[in-house]
Amino acid sequence: MTVSSPPVKLEKPPQNYLNWAFGIKSWLLTTDHKRIAILYLITVTLFFALGGLAASLVRFELITPQGDLMSADNYNKSFTLHGMLMVFFFLIPGIPAVMGNFLIPLMIGAKDLAFPRLNLASWYVFMVGGLFTMTVIVVGGVDTGWTFYTPYSSTYSNGAVILAALGIFAAGFASIFTAINFVVTIHKMRAPGLTWFRLPLFVWAHYATSIIILLGTPVLAITILMVGIERMFKIGIFDPALGGDPLLFQHLFWFYSHPAVYIMVLPSMGVISELITAFTRRRIFGYKAIALSSLAIALLGFLVWGHHMFVSGQSVYAGLVFSAITFMVAIPSAIKVFNWTATLFKGTISFTTPMLYALGFIGLFTIGGLTGLFLGAAAVDVHVTDTYFVVAHFHYVMVGATIMAYMGAIHFWWPKITGKLYNEGWGISSAIIIFVGFNLTFMPQFIMGYLGMPRRYYAYPDEFQIYHIASSAGAAILAFGYVLPLFYLLYSLFFGPKAGDNPWNAKGLEWTTASPPPHENFEETPIVTEEAYAYPVPQKAEVTSGA
Amino acid sequence: MTTEQHSTTHHVMPVRTYLIVFALLMVLLAATIGVAFLHLGPFNRIVALTIALAKAGLIMTYFMHLRYSSKLALVFAGMGFFWLVIMLLIGMGDYIARGTIPGTF
Ligand SMILES: [Cu+2]
Repeated sequence: MTVSSPPVKLEKPPQNYLNWAFGIKSWLLTTDHKRIAILYLITVTLFFALGGLAASLVRFELITPQGDLMSADNYNKSFTLHGMLMVFFFLIPGIPAVMGNFLIPLMIGAKDLAFPRLNLASWYVFMVGGLFTMTVIVVGGVDTGWTFYTPYSSTYSNGAVILAALGIFAAGFASIFTAINFVVTIHKMRAPGLTWFRLPLFVWAHYATSIIILLGTPVLAITILMVGIERMFKIGIFDPALGGDPLLFQHLFWFYSHPAVYIMVLPSMGVISELITAFTRRRIFGYKAIALSSLAIALLGFLVWGHHMFVSGQSVYAGLVFSAITFMVAIPSAIKVFNWTATLFKGTISFTTPMLYALGFIGLFTIGGLTGLFLGAAAVDVHVTDTYFVVAHFHYVMVGATIMAYMGAIHFWWPKITGKLYNEGWGISSAIIIFVGFNLTFMPQFIMGYLGMPRRYYAYPDEFQIYHIASSAGAAILAFGYVLPLFYLLYSLFFGPKAGDNPWNAKGLEWTTASPPPHENFEETPIVTEEAYAYPVPQKAEVTSGA
Repeated sequence: MTTEQHSTTHHVMPVRTYLIVFALLMVLLAATIGVAFLHLGPFNRIVALTIALAKAGLIMTYFMHLRYSSKLALVFAGMGFFWLVIMLLIGMGDYIARGTIPGTF
């Protein structure tokens, strides 16, 4: 974008956001969105590791039909911790707070987010939430499951429910802060010429996500607070003995938690749109349809929560309506999948690490989405409610899709974030290992769930053992696949070759600035004159004579 | 739309306005408590909810400065309200229709 005279540049060492200031204080008190993204990256990686550890305890216990590795109580605490950490401390903040934070200002040609201090505050509030959750582990854990269903959570459970609730409350506010920042930034700080329909789809997806966060998260925060209030002061809200209604909790909880799936998946979809265009070297097929389907998901996602309550005692009429709207919400997701595959058609596809993750995303998300339709059909749902079928379904959607996109994003923008290139060979192997491990872990869960294996049990009939062994073996492969990138990415940080500004030869404003970007992102504000993904239209098959 | 375009200027409200609104809120609070002692049947709930709405309205217009905000901020505030309506309306759908088919939930 900027034309600079080369000789002058050689004089001073390149200043970027990493070497712009030094010392721990320059990181902990930074208001630079790029540094805050790095802070988030480190912390969500730690929470992911802890959540993964809890998952491996669960998978170890389930290798044998008897409950032999740990007590039933500890098993309950393990899967609760796994769910809480993964959902609220990894999947929800993962892509927005790390990749969104880093990329949105770069993608729209801004110097920073609209409220840099609010951005830092978000990380601190997140850390407070994390601290509460760590304290929960120290004081003996919580056994309600990540869903905190009443009246068990508000009356009977003797775990550290209130502490856990506070942790989630805080983490929720951290994401609200991030969402406010994104909405205002996208509205107010776009570079000249960057109209709404020229925005990268990553930005559209984060805009829709932010709206969901803003409108949904307060409901979760209040609901979880009400559980605490009922527990402490015996004020009847959910407990029938006190005049409350336990189903009210499920209504309020799922009013947030179904859209929360889209908080995880929409940013992932944004990532996939970027990856697919970059590695097929084509304009995206159906730009407007993809952009607007994000908004459609944001709205429709709020109308389907009752599909989690088909067997709860909810009115059958309400169930009917929720089931019908659930089928509708599949449409905008399908629009995206079809548009991505249409983009692949006749594209010049290169199978790089990020692209493998993107293709993996499409596969896993499609399986997860379609099994969601099974569950949205009330009659089938009655059969498989609270079985491993549900567990497998939501892991495909939330984990399979989101982690594929997260890993794809980390690899795609790693050269931009660090200025270094990682080793493609290692990258490709880890992508394949993760894909294989994931399917081996969760495919058997569909089968045993359909056969009747209930979720959240630490002992089970012998006939299910073969599936559990396959699943645990898959989890081991998956864990290996997750650990691998940690090594080669860190290695590249110190010994990797320099990346250059645009190693993928990709479109997008973030690739027009230096790698790593300077503190103020751009030397001068870029002026946008073209659509997003303006890759050259491929020529008609031409006869080329050698090189 | 560019960075320079700042549609909202800071509107400074006099402290007096805040105090008047605060006093109004206190009056409404007293009314809520007072009405709780009257026995109006189903109207108790209607009156209490109306007062609550009035309070929320006052807080949003004055304390949250919506009266002097840009149209965009109004749209977002309106969206928040609309989503609340979605939650209550669809949620009530369950409560109204529960147990209407004998032998089912
Ligand atoms: Cu749902």
